[in-house]
Amino acid sequence: MFEPTDPNQIQLTPEGELKHFITTEGLSRELLTEILDTADSFVDMSAKQVKKVPLLRGKTVVNLFFEASTRTLSTFELAAKRLSADVLNLNISTSSTSKGETLKDTLMTLHAMHSDMFVVRHSSSGAAHFIAEHVTPDVAVINAGDGRHAHPTQAMLDMLTIRQAKGEFAPLTVAIVGDILHSRVARSQIHALRTLGVKEIRVIAPNTLLPRHIETLGVKVYTDMLQGIRDVDVVMMLRLQKERMNSALLPSESEFYKLYGLTMDKLALAKPDAVVMHPGPINRGVEIASSVADGDRSLILDQVTNGIAVRMAVMSMAMSGQTKTRANLIQAGES
Amino acid sequence: MNMLIQGGRVIDPANQIDQVTDLYIVDGKVAALGSAPEGVEAGQTIDATGQVVCPGFIDLSAHAREPGPSQKGSIKTEAAAAVAGGVTTMITPPTTSPVVDTSAVAELIRDRCEEAGKMRILPMGALTKGLEGEQLAPMAALASSGCIAFSNSRLPIANSLILMRCLEYAATHDLLVVFQAQDESLARGGCMHDDSTCTRLGLNGIPESAETIEVARCLLLTEQTGVRAHFGQLSCERSVRMIHEARERGLPVTADVAIHNLLLTDECVTGFNNDFHVLPPLRSQLDRAGLIQGVLSGTIQAICSDHQPHERAAKEAPFADTEPGMIGLETLLPLSLLLVEQNILELPQLVEKLTSAPAEIMRLEGGKLSPGSAADITIFDPAMAWELTPESCHSRGKNTPFMNYPLKGRVTHTLFNGELVYQLEGGNA
Repeated sequence: MFEPTDPNQIQLTPEGELKHFITTEGLSRELLTEILDTADSFVDMSAKQVKKVPLLRGKTVVNLFFEASTRTLSTFELAAKRLSADVLNLNISTSSTSKGETLKDTLMTLHAMHSDMFVVRHSSSGAAHFIAEHVTPDVAVINAGDGRHAHPTQAMLDMLTIRQAKGEFAPLTVAIVGDILHSRVARSQIHALRTLGVKEIRVIAPNTLLPRHIETLGVKVYTDMLQGIRDVDVVMMLRLQKERMNSALLPSESEFYKLYGLTMDKLALAKPDAVVMHPGPINRGVEIASSVADGDRSLILDQVTNGIAVRMAVMSMAMSGQTKTRANLIQAGES
Repeated sequence: MNMLIQGGRVIDPANQIDQVTDLYIVDGKVAALGSAPEGVEAGQTIDATGQVVCPGFIDLSAHAREPGPSQKGSIKTEAAAAVAGGVTTMITPPTTSPVVDTSAVAELIRDRCEEAGKMRILPMGALTKGLEGEQLAPMAALASSGCIAFSNSRLPIANSLILMRCLEYAATHDLLVVFQAQDESLARGGCMHDDSTCTRLGLNGIPESAETIEVARCLLLTEQTGVRAHFGQLSCERSVRMIHEARERGLPVTADVAIHNLLLTDECVTGFNNDFHVLPPLRSQLDRAGLIQGVLSGTIQAICSDHQPHERAAKEAPFADTEPGMIGLETLLPLSLLLVEQNILELPQLVEKLTSAPAEIMRLEGGKLSPGSAADITIFDPAMAWELTPESCHSRGKNTPFMNYPLKGRVTHTLFNGELVYQLEGGNA
């Protein structure tokens, strides 16, 4: 009666170009690779004396953050500035607003300021999708994390980091460890890793932190970390919020660390050249040992650097798609 | 005024009638089928050729929102939507504001309905005061004020002893209790069926157990107390099985299902379309198949709209932040007819699910076309193609995924106590 909706209906132009970036789900391998290739070209730029390109000159980017974030907000801000955009950062606490009406009201107000791009972080799954549905067709929306749904730029910076470290995706076995249930990062990583063709994706967590039927996303489920981490090429740790400890989800911090925390001992079960990643900020001694986080197999700081490049890539690509959309609209209006 | 409804296919499941014939109405009551009663001349004739003439629909769950948030709906607006959908009697849950836990509220609803004058609204009373799950509501007094049944809606009665006392008290007075089964702790924070689509979208899920655990508890206490019980708006295959088994054991429990739970599944939510945010949630293909099986086997006797109008702002937010529920009064018939089109039900069986079966559950006189019955009558064209549009929609709420959707089967006339209370523009009269 109602067919399942293709997530790309909202984020691609009819020509298949990116106009919003809401989710990694359903995007083609070619498009994901294009994002990585474009990001690669920006990675080198960070080392140059002049770190700016004029791709977004004259454009206004609004970082619309309904949820606290330092790392993601600052990398988006830096990315936009390196693309020569004018940037407005808005931190809007959802606790002081009354849900949907205010979100839409805020959006309408910002519309009136003729912004060109919204970078959105929100605690509700689907918020970026909702905003993309309600902006005028010439405004691009980049999802900077919505609820448990998606964090596509984080996933793509992880993909870039893996590609830099490992070269090819096809032979890899990747383990994602920790709070899969609440993780938008894990969902976006899984979609991207599958599309890019890794051999195997594993998720490792106790049942209380695993969403129902997660295997339908194409992953193997392990509740025993010692089994799950065996012979993997990449270990992607997830952040575990301390408030979830000592609740009905986990008995204690120490028990979680003992069973699922990444220590040198556990890492020894992975391949000898396995690399370790974490979206940050890390909880040392809860999900990861300092010796691993600061060790020579850790790519955590590379992820941060790559974050700027990936966000520059996505913003420039989406703006390009929107510019064409705008041109088409003008042409249609004239004809 | 006396009336003749001429040449329609009269379907009256209660009397096992399905024939093309004339129907005469005298003094607001059904007078005769076929030939005119002696000495009667019809003052008005409705040409029902090619159409179905049946008892007015009885909807076991439809929210009118009055008293309460008038931006969502009122008795006047929702009664207009009801008759446009062929519904002449609707049962409203007690979740008004204030809730129906005093005679004054029940009487207000009935008074407002009488003022609207188009159809019959029968309120359900609260099972506990304020629907807070703590103290028994004055059920006997509420019943005297017109409450047809008693329910705590989806609000929890966490303490099983209190629930048992409610059922014992209702049984004492032979009152019907309606369960809209939901375990609050398992459903808390959830907004859709907990399955793979929910996992992909990162929404909080409501597992089947949120319903089935509560169905099990309610069935056990129903058996123990001997109360008359009805399960409203089931969503899970397992619930149907449990009720089926209870009925096999001789427990006289009944059940209904919202039409959208019979047609849609959780996969509809893939695009975060807020119109699919409903409670109970749209569930899996397996659950949908189980509900259909329940309708076929008779475990589920009735189909309702579970009409829940909302103002636009209530649905303009990210999925989980929106209010659950869709409107359904005006689409009840065309959506139900899809069950006939899909060869799941014969047309008379469907009419039964919308008329005599709900009447029987609620022990109402209506739902049939016996001589002497109140002439609550729906006439519909089962083949008419149309679309519900925001402009043509009578309900104050416009929240349905079926807005601007191609529908087939439309109510052309609705009669209440023999009075024509709705006529489709351009319909024959």
